[in-house]
Amino acid sequence: MSLDDYFHDETYFGDFTYRNSPQAIKRFPFPFPEDDYMYSVNMEPHVPGRKGSVFEHAFDVDEHYVAQMRDRARVLAEDPLRCQSLPHMTLAGWDLLELIMESFARDYPQWFELHKDGNRWHWINRPLGIDDKFTFLDESTLPYGPMEYITRQAQGDFTLQDQRNDNLWIEAGMVTTQADWSVDFDIGMNFHEWHAPVPLAREMGVFDRALKFLLQLQHGAPVRRFNWTMTVDPLLDTSPENYHKWGPSKTTMTRETIGRRQHLRVELQTLFRLPRSNAIAFPIRCYMISFQDLVTQPKWARRLHRVIRDLPEELATYKGFLRNRPLMVEYLSQFDDGKPTSPGWWPEDE
Amino acid sequence: MQTQFDTTMRSRPRYGVLEPRPGLAHLIVADGEGGEAVLALFAQAPELLETARVIYMPGANGTDMTAELEAVKPAQFSRVPSYAAGRQRIVKVLGDAHMGLQVYVTGTEGLMGQVQRDAMEAGLPHDAVQTEHRGSLVRRVQCVHCKGITEHVRTDPFQCGHCGLNLFVRDHYSRRLAAFQGVCVDAEDPGEVPPAVERFK
Ligand code: HEM
Repeated sequence: MSLDDYFHDETYFGDFTYRNSPQAIKRFPFPFPEDDYMYSVNMEPHVPGRKGSVFEHAFDVDEHYVAQMRDRARVLAEDPLRCQSLPHMTLAGWDLLELIMESFARDYPQWFELHKDGNRWHWINRPLGIDDKFTFLDESTLPYGPMEYITRQAQGDFTLQDQRNDNLWIEAGMVTTQADWSVDFDIGMNFHEWHAPVPLAREMGVFDRALKFLLQLQHGAPVRRFNWTMTVDPLLDTSPENYHKWGPSKTTMTRETIGRRQHLRVELQTLFRLPRSNAIAFPIRCYMISFQDLVTQPKWARRLHRVIRDLPEELATYKGFLRNRPLMVEYLSQFDDGKPTSPGWWPEDE
Repeated sequence: MQTQFDTTMRSRPRYGVLEPRPGLAHLIVADGEGGEAVLALFAQAPELLETARVIYMPGANGTDMTAELEAVKPAQFSRVPSYAAGRQRIVKVLGDAHMGLQVYVTGTEGLMGQVQRDAMEAGLPHDAVQTEHRGSLVRRVQCVHCKGITEHVRTDPFQCGHCGLNLFVRDHYSRRLAAFQGVCVDAEDPGEVPPAVERFK
């Protein structure tokens, strides 16, 4: 299969031609292991998972790779503030570049190659047509800073957290596929400050426990967790910056169009301790599936119906879909026969 | 009067009460009613007057305590019309700071946030600056859409002075920008702008 056949030519904006193939639907990271949902300290070791799943490799490169990198370039051209790095975070940027290049070259040798001769590195990215030689740790040899360079070639958002005073400080980030938060506004905040808008979780102790755990995160032992929300039309860039442009889409969905327009948006978040800077890298990989594709998996359809129906109002409000919840529940209820669902998220374990 | 704040939003700064601390130099920055807290500080520790450098600006609401402050005769006193006008001076003092500079800021949140931000940029840890809120609760707000900052915001929603969108004012606060966040209030239903309420007096 040629590169062009595997990687979709599709858009996340305007005419929204984004589609999941049947294989992508099967491997979609459905985030609900049970029929209800509440915040928790849901972290587990980020170890290689089932073959073919999104957990198979440290970083998942899928059929949407090329189109998502194009969408990132489009967003950055309009708003360069989506990528920022405070001056002391450059070393962490190099750590991230190394982590991604080594992982990609090891896990996808047909697409990526990394050759090292001391600090002289040669990087080949076939899907994006990139072939660059540069000196590791020498910024002047790359067209962008190291974080920007590599995250223009990696799906998902990335933030880098410095660790000091028993806290984490978000001090660099490439953020173009976010669920409605602003990296420009948040840069420089600590763990509790950037999480301040989240309802209920602090009172439950979730953030205190999560931070304590992360401060001890070891190099070589990454962890992962899921987050999720809802998006109308497969718009990757649901940014607060552009909220006045995409906000109206929430009001035009109907019974007839919900199956194709409403998407479950899942973030596979991973956390890696970086070796030189001691910073923590936080890749936030976004996956979207339309309701009509999701309901092809009976277990997911039943479960999503119950989760959305019973979700506490604070969460539906925070996630921004309170106004469309009745429409969603009505649509999903057609696919819920009331049968029990098996534990875990895999679709085939029925 | 010190101000009571709702503490539910954890990105929101908390303010204390100015306390004299031993130091080789004392930079005191105040606006509007912050002048009262400065007088209270000097009443507690008159010896500060000998080394204090006071930079004062009248409040956006018109409160001007220049005469009262000059009357107690701090070692150095400057009156500036606004933070933007006084900023270069303040940044210079912060940049020249040796160990032992104590910084005290009092008055509106916008002023305290900006001094804290400039102190951080000058390399002082943000808790090296003491703060005490006095006077008006008007907010300094960054429009998340166009990034323009509007000073002295009194109502919610308000119209962005730069791009003209109608914004609601969140409690989410960025110390780096020294600003609250403003977000389009009628994004989902264009044109449906609720009436402006005076929330920040
Ligand atoms: C260190 C890396 C992390 C970063 C940079 C990060 C960043 C963020 C940001 C920017 C938000 C959106 C806040 C807003 O509304 O403005 C958020 C939401 C949230 N975060 Fe984190 N986070 C991190 C780690 C974690 C961890 C380890 C947990 C584990 C419990 C967690 C739990 C949550 C929850 C529950 C929400 C609300 C999500 C929702 O309901 O949609 N975060 N995070």
